[in-house]
Amino acid sequence: MVHRVEVRKRYPDKRGERIIAGMGLLGVTGIDKVEVIDVYYLYGISDVEARRIAEELLTDPVGEEYRLGKFDCDGTEIEITYNPGVEDPVTPSALRAIADLGIKIEHFKTAKRYIFSGDLDPETLNTVATRLLYNPLIEHIVTGDEEFPETTYRFKLIHIPLEGDLVAISKRYGLALNRIEMERIQEYFRKIGRPPTDIELETIAQTWSEHCVHKTFKGRIEYEGRVFENLIKETIFAVVEELKPGWCLSVFHDNSGVVEFDDEYGVCFKVETHNHPSALEPYGGAATGIGGVIRDILGTGQGAKPILSTDVFCFGEPDIGYDELPEGVLHPKRIISGVVGGVRDYGNRMGIPTASGAVFYHPSFLSNPLVFCGCLGIIPKKNIKKELKPGYRVILVGGKTGRDGIHGVTFASQELDSESQSLSSCVQIGNPIEEKKILDLIIRARDLGLIRSITDCGGGGLSSAVGEMGRELGVEVHLERVPLKYTGLTYTEIWISEAQERMVIATRPEDVDRLINLFAEEGVEAVEIGRFTGDRMLRLYYEGNKVGELEMEFLHKGIPKVVRKARWEKREELIRPEPIPLDSAFLKVLGSYNIASKEWIIRQYDHEVQARTIVKPLVGRCCDGPSDGIVIWPRLEKRSGLAVGCGLFPRYGQIDPYHMAASAIDEAIRNIVAVGADPSRIALLDNFCFGSPEREEVMGAIVRACLACYEIGLAYGTPFISGKDSLYNEYIDPVGNPRPILPTLLVSSIGLIPGGKVVTTDLKEEGNLLYLIGRSKEELGGSEYFYQLGIETGIVPKVDPEVGKKIYLCLHRAINEGLIQACHDLSEGGLGVALAEMVIGGRVGAEIDIDRIDFDGKARPDLILFSESNSRFLVEIRPEDETRINTIFSGLPHYRIGKVGNDHLSIRSGGKTILEFSIDTLVTTWKHKPVL
Amino acid sequence: MRVKVLILRAAGTNCDLETGFAFEKCGAEVTFRHIWTMAPEELRNYQILVLPGGFTYGDYLGAGTILAHELRTRFQEEILSFIDKGGLILGVCNGFQVLVKTGLLPGLSGYFRVEATLVENESGRFEDRWVYLRPEKTNCIFLKGIDSVFELPVAHAEGRFLAPDAVIHKMREEGMVALRYTNSDGSPPGYPGNPNGSIDDIAGITDPTGQILGLMPHPERFIDPFHHPRHTREMIGFLAGYEILKRGVDYVRKNL
Repeated sequence: MVHRVEVRKRYPDKRGERIIAGMGLLGVTGIDKVEVIDVYYLYGISDVEARRIAEELLTDPVGEEYRLGKFDCDGTEIEITYNPGVEDPVTPSALRAIADLGIKIEHFKTAKRYIFSGDLDPETLNTVATRLLYNPLIEHIVTGDEEFPETTYRFKLIHIPLEGDLVAISKRYGLALNRIEMERIQEYFRKIGRPPTDIELETIAQTWSEHCVHKTFKGRIEYEGRVFENLIKETIFAVVEELKPGWCLSVFHDNSGVVEFDDEYGVCFKVETHNHPSALEPYGGAATGIGGVIRDILGTGQGAKPILSTDVFCFGEPDIGYDELPEGVLHPKRIISGVVGGVRDYGNRMGIPTASGAVFYHPSFLSNPLVFCGCLGIIPKKNIKKELKPGYRVILVGGKTGRDGIHGVTFASQELDSESQSLSSCVQIGNPIEEKKILDLIIRARDLGLIRSITDCGGGGLSSAVGEMGRELGVEVHLERVPLKYTGLTYTEIWISEAQERMVIATRPEDVDRLINLFAEEGVEAVEIGRFTGDRMLRLYYEGNKVGELEMEFLHKGIPKVVRKARWEKREELIRPEPIPLDSAFLKVLGSYNIASKEWIIRQYDHEVQARTIVKPLVGRCCDGPSDGIVIWPRLEKRSGLAVGCGLFPRYGQIDPYHMAASAIDEAIRNIVAVGADPSRIALLDNFCFGSPEREEVMGAIVRACLACYEIGLAYGTPFISGKDSLYNEYIDPVGNPRPILPTLLVSSIGLIPGGKVVTTDLKEEGNLLYLIGRSKEELGGSEYFYQLGIETGIVPKVDPEVGKKIYLCLHRAINEGLIQACHDLSEGGLGVALAEMVIGGRVGAEIDIDRIDFDGKARPDLILFSESNSRFLVEIRPEDETRINTIFSGLPHYRIGKVGNDHLSIRSGGKTILEFSIDTLVTTWKHKPVL
Repeated sequence: MRVKVLILRAAGTNCDLETGFAFEKCGAEVTFRHIWTMAPEELRNYQILVLPGGFTYGDYLGAGTILAHELRTRFQEEILSFIDKGGLILGVCNGFQVLVKTGLLPGLSGYFRVEATLVENESGRFEDRWVYLRPEKTNCIFLKGIDSVFELPVAHAEGRFLAPDAVIHKMREEGMVALRYTNSDGSPPGYPGNPNGSIDDIAGITDPTGQILGLMPHPERFIDPFHHPRHTREMIGFLAGYEILKRGVDYVRKNL
């Protein structure tokens, strides 16, 4: 007997309003109301019991009403529920709660009924449903009969003979392996005298994917007569190897990089990309992006505790018309809304503050947005090193395994095209509460010594996680022991599924029961699925049958070295456009999407949970000014700070990727020096997002960016501690032309503030002096100003690390001496924007004279105000500290350009005022347009 | 004597550690317990019960609903006797939602009768921002003697307090509206000063005994001057969050 209970809100339901907004983004109009009714199916209980459950559990008596059966409604309606066999996330908690009422129930499931006021034709309804209401992978439209037979799987071992056209075989099975790699595999199996099984081939494809092994970055690259045998090792890794800083505790070999925080603790940091999934399913793609990077932190050492999340996005321009969208591409606003929502809902539920980030808009990201998700953790020093011995058990903890995310990594290693939208099986599904439970338990298990080694199940699923963990020792796994969401999965699907919220733990045999019981106490499933052997073999079993057997040596070292050619043609040239009226130029730059306030995003994130956010992303008198970096206290009981920032200049990349990367590094450093970080204790992360490295000019761009990382990183003494690359960020349009993104390197930075002294950007007090620190040059190539003028070339900003380093050290000294009242780094929009933002933050005016700046180039006001030269700051000091400031900065470029005061911003040159804005004008221009 | 605080956790609780840290700073002895591993009788070992912020059970079936249900079905007797013996209960954010949905707040016509609710913000969005709060005349122990406007952060998607007019009227009459959103000068705010559209600007409420406080703002996030968003402009000496928790701890020390 099934009872249907419907619950509706008595007050206006925001869910309906969001669907209407979403329909707007899909271009569907004409519906002014959508009602959402929660539907519950209760199996095997009496009428009286159903009524009691509805009343006592399912209905909020004040805000909702219920009905057994259906509410009468007019309009077009549709009901969505989970597919048979898919675990309804509400069910376990509801069953437990119903048991607490003393009622025995057979089964419980939920559905949602959507009622649209007015008519929708079936095709539009279907579009709205598939885009906004459900994911066909896990849900379906209820059409009446809700009884489906469950699929079953009967074991049959599959061999794949490697004969004939190897590339066709790679394509047919979605392996993303090239001919040379396929030949290598063929050769290996010929040698051992049998064809590979499907699971063996899949394992190799996962392990050898660009996503997992970074074969391009480790490949042999020829560039301008120089040959790199291993590009990343000779550039990015080389910084830390040459600097050998004692405070770098674990670099480039674990799931995140670890640096020393104090005597007892290290902090670890990792940033990941989740670009392709976010292009197709923005909400789920971004949510699982943040979920995944949080697991990287949980999977560092023997487990670290996440304390901060970061997010950086690159999108297409939001104002593009629907008719201008390439085929199969989602509108930027829809992507933005989904991505921000995904990060918000996952991050907020995890209880990790999302406090640092950036957003960048450019048409090249229209069909291939970039979504960077970062996470930072804290870990006791004694837990940084993993330990693994033969005989240790493999424990899988967390969510059940389903068919979600099959082939995610091989998908990530190819270009997107207009067909990609149909590949929904590559997108994973996130459940943050499951991950939160795991988080709590991992930290407890670690502190009890039950975790000897741990890693996350991310891209490649168990195949990558277990395969990587067992690479030195060898491991055997029994796949039928893996808990499944539904029946019918093959042994190979179990092995490569990228189902979320799973971790793999290595534990001593004697600790297995304790570990499993500990997890069970708080409702998390932990299962022993295998053991580490010591014979350096990977052996996979299903119901007692051996389904795969590979030598770890071949799996991890057998990949043929990638050989690529690289070239780059310089395209830098001096451009001096006709100036446009200065006041309109100023407001155009200040109000551009790239520069305008990001408050509408920041406030949706809980950036203060854990009560450790000390410099928040929004600062100033009205708490709405921008922050350069943010500062947290990693330990609540200690006032030692950690600053976090980032740098990203994709537009510079199309002029010269070297200076793009150099500028990103400089920006990431000055972001956090500006808030108080010690320049001698800064570590960096690199995230490369480029197009297809198989094209020489893309490879050339990558090489130039790597060279900058090496040279600038070394000169600044700022080692890279972790990184990730995402290649093939291209969209192949329907006629076959590749549309690559701008060459993009995101540099993220962390720096210590041992003394805890911090500074913010908002101007503080009338009468104080304004100093510009650093050299200003006519460097506007790729600048926001030129972009607004429609110019994409010019002289790109360079970095002079010798001067930059001195400036950073001196500024740090001045901050520590308490001389700096406010400090803002100069970045996109240059001096003009920095000044306006400081005025906005402080809600107090300022007056400057740009003639006091020693400008290297044509001293035209627009060029001076909007130049984006690196290593510069605008600082506010008290008049009585001026002598001391001049002493500290003697020998370095520093200019007293004006003072704080009045209720407007005025800029003078040639003895007269050339620009004047009220504070109000600046505020409304900068805050005028939230994208959504 | 040691003041014993129980921080009650469930799946999805996420403000437990900083709330515990804040109570320790106030001199209490803090224990963290997961509701599934705790027998109701164990509540007798504590004098302050705290339901911290978070998204318990993913807010499935409504914010705080399932935890409220667990408390109602398993802990009802023990909670009644806990209150009877003078114990204090604090619910912050999701904890406030739980207290309202169990019917412990406002408790006008006895406990465990649901009289009000907290629903989705009028803005339709999760919002994190600092707000001004005006303490009202009540007998709430956590707010005793605090009579001027102070600031705390809110961070929630479902904080809009709703109740039938008669309930609101009676709460006002009997002095159970403990905290209202306000402008810095004490005048009534619109959005975003009232961040969620709460009826009558209600931010926190107490029960007839004054022993229970539920509020959307987070006291545990303002126990240090550096927590304040404008600490580089002005160092605020009155740490509102600390003061609220400290009053609870001091009361127990003196009276129980």
